[in-house]
Parts: sequence; structure tokens; C-alpha cells
Amino acid sequence: MFTQVHVAANLNPQTSVAGIMEMPMVEIDHVSLWYGEKPALKDISMSVPKHRVTAYIGPSGCGKTTLLRCLNRMNDLVDGVRMTGHIRIGGADIHDPTLDVTELRKRVGMVFQKSNPFPKSIFENVAYGPRILGVGGRSDLEAVVERSLRGAALWDEVSDRLQESALGLSGGQQQRLCIARAIAVEPDVLLMDEPCSALDPIATAKVEELMLELKNSYTIVIVTHNMQQAARVSDYTGFMLLGELVEVGVTRELFTNPRDKRTEDYITGRFG
Amino acid sequence: MSSRARQLWRSGEPFIWLTGGALAFALVLVLGLLGLIVANGLGFFWPSDVVRLTLTDGRTASGLLVEREPIPHSPGRYRIKLKVANRDLYGADFQWVDESAIARREYPRDVMVMERTEWGLLIGTIKEIREGGRTVATGAEQGLAELERRLPGVARARRDIRSIEKGEVGAINHQQEKIRLGLRRLVNEGVTSGPAVDSLQREMAALQDRYKTEEARLVELRGRQTSSVVVSADDGKEKELPLIQILHVDAPNAMSLPAKVVRYLARVVEFVSSDPRESNTEGGVFPAIFGTVMMVLIMSVMVAPLGVLAAFYLREYARQGTFVSAVRIAVNNLAGVPSIVFGVFGVGFFIYFVGGTIDRLFFSEALPSPTFGTGGILWASLTLALLTVPVVIVATEEGLAAIPRGTREASLALGATKLETTLRVVLPAVMPSILTGLILAMARAAGEVAPLMITGVVKLAPALPIDGFWPFVHFDRKFMHLGFHIYDVGFQSPNVDAARPMVFVTTLLLLAIVVFLNIFAIGLRNRLRRKYAMSAV
Repeated sequence: MFTQVHVAANLNPQTSVAGIMEMPMVEIDHVSLWYGEKPALKDISMSVPKHRVTAYIGPSGCGKTTLLRCLNRMNDLVDGVRMTGHIRIGGADIHDPTLDVTELRKRVGMVFQKSNPFPKSIFENVAYGPRILGVGGRSDLEAVVERSLRGAALWDEVSDRLQESALGLSGGQQQRLCIARAIAVEPDVLLMDEPCSALDPIATAKVEELMLELKNSYTIVIVTHNMQQAARVSDYTGFMLLGELVEVGVTRELFTNPRDKRTEDYITGRFG
Repeated sequence: MSSRARQLWRSGEPFIWLTGGALAFALVLVLGLLGLIVANGLGFFWPSDVVRLTLTDGRTASGLLVEREPIPHSPGRYRIKLKVANRDLYGADFQWVDESAIARREYPRDVMVMERTEWGLLIGTIKEIREGGRTVATGAEQGLAELERRLPGVARARRDIRSIEKGEVGAINHQQEKIRLGLRRLVNEGVTSGPAVDSLQREMAALQDRYKTEEARLVELRGRQTSSVVVSADDGKEKELPLIQILHVDAPNAMSLPAKVVRYLARVVEFVSSDPRESNTEGGVFPAIFGTVMMVLIMSVMVAPLGVLAAFYLREYARQGTFVSAVRIAVNNLAGVPSIVFGVFGVGFFIYFVGGTIDRLFFSEALPSPTFGTGGILWASLTLALLTVPVVIVATEEGLAAIPRGTREASLALGATKLETTLRVVLPAVMPSILTGLILAMARAAGEVAPLMITGVVKLAPALPIDGFWPFVHFDRKFMHLGFHIYDVGFQSPNVDAARPMVFVTTLLLLAIVVFLNIFAIGLRNRLRRKYAMSAV
């Protein structure tokens, strides 16, 4: 295990794959992306270390959500998207034509900005992924549901009303339910797209606490507007601006000692 | 505008009054219509008193008071309309009587109102009861006692006769028809003699023998019914009525209120559960209820999958663009096409083309008399399904549009395929909308008449579309329908005045069925909504 973290000095993250010397889970290799003619990502390269929380920060429209959605190929659903470069997860290219996109998405879970539970019972929400994977037995499903809800720190609040509609939960509970649903299929990577933007501070604190626990088992990539949140939960942070990955590094260093002027301007609140 | 008027307008108050007034007007119209139907319809079953009028010229007239109105061009004078019944004696059911010509009104307790199988009501007093020409009881009191003693047996005999006619004889006819068609088929194949033909002919002969036996039984049963009642009506007219023709006897003037209520309810039950008589102006409407409900159910079974699948393609798979928008507009406009046009299409496509083809392929032995190549409940239901499919498509599409994109993405992000997402997440979530569409479609279909008149509804269907003969459900049969029944009874009947209350009762019943079907579907939808309470967005 690489416990020591090295950030290679003077390495320009825009042109180099590595900037982080830990065991990589996700490798992003010269990725550019266009919506039609409009460039959204410009030659991005970096790696996301295993069992760490990696955060992307940056102003609205900088491409951080687009980058996140590249990792489980959710951008495939959008018309007119074109992408170059390579993304490897666990060493395998996610655009490998022999790899089914549904297989990829089973390994790369996602939690969305707006909580989006299915209009089903709490139980059925969590059991949805395992059912898709073919888990059929009632007792197996019950075990998975309990484990996932415990993993998402929701079990104690909902264990007595699993058959009730998930839409009856509060916003924070719904978001944790979505996390439980995502980890029920035991993905390698968990993508979180501004998971706390619609939550109050107490619910946010719970989700953040949860992330710190979850990183023991999952590799977490989070997109956030909130720099304090990135500072609190992430081990590594990347700063994006206008489709470029300006700087990436150990969170504490990036916030205390940014190398790029633009990063410094952003985190000190001079723009954005 | 003065500043005060402007201020009043700006306050919004007049607009609130305007909107409220519009709603109130609409409510008054709806309630007025309902009130008219209920008031005219529900009184129909009430066993009202029989009044005997003695006129100044010495004639008498007994009957049920129907209405009272001013005589045209004679101010201050009124006339009353009396349902005197006894059509076979007087020639007409109704009589107008000038009120000034009435010398006396009485409500004699011994006047009987008899419902009979022919000629409508008979109103009069019992003179005597005869058995095979011999008088067994005379006078109103004795006669009534004797009548009540005999009626249950007579009713049993009538049921027996009917059961033989419908059951045994019906079955024999059915089998004979099958054998006849079997013979035709053999002839078509070029077989005119041989063991196959012989065996069929032997069966036919056996059936003929059975038919003769049953016929003899019927003659014997009918012959045993020799008792009759002699009723004296107004102006010394008399009628001898065989008891076998009597369905029910009331003495309304002697009935207490609770007895009348019981009789009222019994007549309501009879109305909804028995067959029509006297070219639909008497008896019940059960076949029409049955036909209406069955047609609506077949239509629902057809229209729901068709509309839902079409809506799914339009919203979930088709690339949104001008073409899809054009299709959507076309579907919406389809709902505005006059329903008779759908009927014409149904006749041309379903009956002549599809039905004709089915006949040629599977029922060629029955040609030239058509089996499916003529109007029937299946074709009528399919025509209505076409008529109502836009409603289901629009409702389903709106439901699909209301499902947030995030819900679908959540499923896809879990590794579900598009198909799994559609079936496991989208379909359950859109179910309430589908049911809403179905409710609207059923309400429209149940009230539709025009396209049915040319695709399979008849004035009087000899048999229900479901019976005891293989294959039990007969999609090719013609059927009766409440909406058409209203038209037929109200405007095509030989005795429109007598049938008018039936129009309102039938309307009320049709409304009740639509409301009942709607309540059922709404209940189902609300259960689904509670189960999957959708968030606002």
C-alpha cells in the first residue's frame, strides 16, 4: 500500500497522467469532450487513487459534472457528444467495445445532485440494483438491503418502515437512500455529483461523515461547489476552470499553497 | 373609465365574480340536467294510485295520473293526462280529460293494476276467475284471493316453459345449426354421400326426434294452463286474461306506504335484471346493461395496451422532432373526428375486410350468411378502441413527461438497461396516468352511440354475447346497448308516450354504470398513487 503521498513537483496536470503517486483506480488520459461544436473538457489527464475521496471544485459550467459523467458513460445518453482520449477504471478501458456499458455502470455507482429515489418502497429502492444483477432470494435481498442501509447510516431511521414509499422520506434521508441504493451493488467507484447541494447543514454533515466512512471500501469521486466541503472530506482536490483541469493535488496543499494563480484567485474568493 | 371603476377592476373583485359566476352557471346546468333525469326516471317505478274519474256525461275513466296542463287558448282551464292502459280494449294507453268535465274522483280499493306479457298494463277490477271455462271465484275479494293462490303455480309453469324454450330447444337448434354447417362443409369439399354424411344425417334425425318430444312437452305444459281472470274495465268493457300472461298484480290503492316501497324496490330490481318486452317499452334492460359493460371491458382490454405502447414509443424512444410533433398533433386531432366516421371506418375495415376475410378462411361453410363479416360486439369494441385510443395516448404521454429524468438516470446508473428501466421504473410510475386515460376512455365509450349503430348494436338481441354454448363467449354476436336503447325506446318505439319514462330510467342507469366504472378505476388509481406517492416534480 502506498501510504506516502507524493505530488510530483512542477508536473503540469494538463499534460501528465500522474500527479498522484498512489495506486490509481481511475486513470483519465488526455480526455477532451465536445457538446456538438462546443468544447466542454480540454485535454484532461489525472488519476484517482483507490479508497480515497477525490473532489473536483470549480465554478458553474467548468465541466466538473461532465467529467464525472464520463466515468460511467452517462454522457452517452446525451445527443451530439463527442469524446477523445481514454479512461481506465481498474486498468480496463471503459470504451472497450467488448465491454457492455451496463457492466461498467454496475462497477461505477452514481449519486446525483438532486435525490432521485424511485417511486417505490424504501426496500424496493435499495433492492433495485441487486435485482437487476439477478439476486432473487428474499433473504438474500433482505441482507443486502440491511447492509446497504446500514452502510448509508439510514438503517436506524427506516428499519421499521421499509415497505413505505421512499418519497415520504426527508430530503437528507432520500439522498442517503440514493447512496444506499448505489452501494447495494458494491461498485468499485462511487461518483457523487454535488450530493449535498439540496440539503440543509445537518443533513450535509451526515452525508459528509458517511463519505469518510465509505472511503474505506469505495473509491469516491465527488463534485462540489462548496470549497469547505471539499476541504473537509477529500484527500485530493482538482480545480477545474472552463473545461481545463487547472491544478490537482493533495487537498490541504491545494488549499493552503496553490501553485496556480487561478486556483489561488478562486479559493480566496476573488472570482467564481 | 372613472377612477372608481378602474380601481374596482384593478382590485380583481369583478374578475373573481365573473369566474365564480361561470362555474355556478355550469353547475346549474349540470344539476338541472341530472335533476330532470332523476325526477323523471325514479318516479317510473312507484306504484301510484289509480284514480277513477266519473265524467259529467256519465262515462268513467280509471287510470294513473300522468300530468296536468292548461288547455291551450282556454285561460283558466286545465286538462289531465291519464294513463288508462288497457291498450287492447281502448286502443290507446293515454287519455286527456278536461278537468271541468269531471264530476267525481274516487280511489277504489279494489282496482287492480296487472303487468302482463303482452299489451302493457291492464287496469280494472276482478270480476271472476275461470278454470277451463268454469267459474271458480267471483267478485273482487274472492277473485283476488283465488288469483293470489294460483299465481305462484302459474309463474312456475311459465318459468318451466321458458326454460324448455331457451334451454332444451335452444340447445337442439344450436346443434342442428352445427350439423347443417358440417353438411355444408362436406358439400363444399365435394362430399355429398358416404359414411360422414350419413352419420351427420342420422344425428340430425335424432335431434329432430328430440325436438318433437320437447315440442310435445311444451304443448302439454301450455295446455295445462287453462285458468284465466275476467277483468271489468271502464264503461262495461271486459277482458278475459289467461293467468299465464300475468306477471304481477297490484292493488295500489289498498297498499300501505311500506308495501309500496317494497314494490318499488322490487320493480327496480326487475328492471335491471330482466329482459325487455313489448319492443323494449316494457320489462327490463338487463341485456343492454350486459352488452354495455361487456363492450366497455373489451374496449378497455384493447385500448390500454395499444395506447400505452404507442405513447411509450412517442415519448421514450422516438427522436423528438418535427415528425414526432406532427404525429402528436395528429393523435390529438383524432379525438375530434366525429364518432360516426369511426363507425364507418369500423364497418369498412373491421367488418367487411377483417370479418370478411375471417369468414372466407374459417367460416366458409356458413356463407353467404356472414359470421364475423357483420356487426358484432368485437367489431363495435374495436371501433370504440380506435375512437378512444388518443385519450389513452395523451394521458400516458403526459404521465411519462412528468417522470423526472433523474429517475430514469438513477436506474441506468445502476446498470439497468433501457428496457429494464422502462419496465421496472417508468411503467409503475406512469400507471396512475394510464388509469386516468382509461377512465376517460371508458366514460367516452360507454356514452357513445353513433358508431355502434352500424357496427353491431341491435334493438333486440336474441341472445347475450356470453352463454352456455361452446365457445361460451361469442364475439361475433350482435348485442344491445343502453345508449342505443335510449334512442330506440325514446324515438323509434310505437308507443313513445308509454316509453318516455323508460328513456329517463335508462339514461339514469347508463350514468350510474359510467359513474360506477369510473369510481372503480379511480379507486384503483388512488391505491397506486398512495403506494408510489409521486413527488411534486
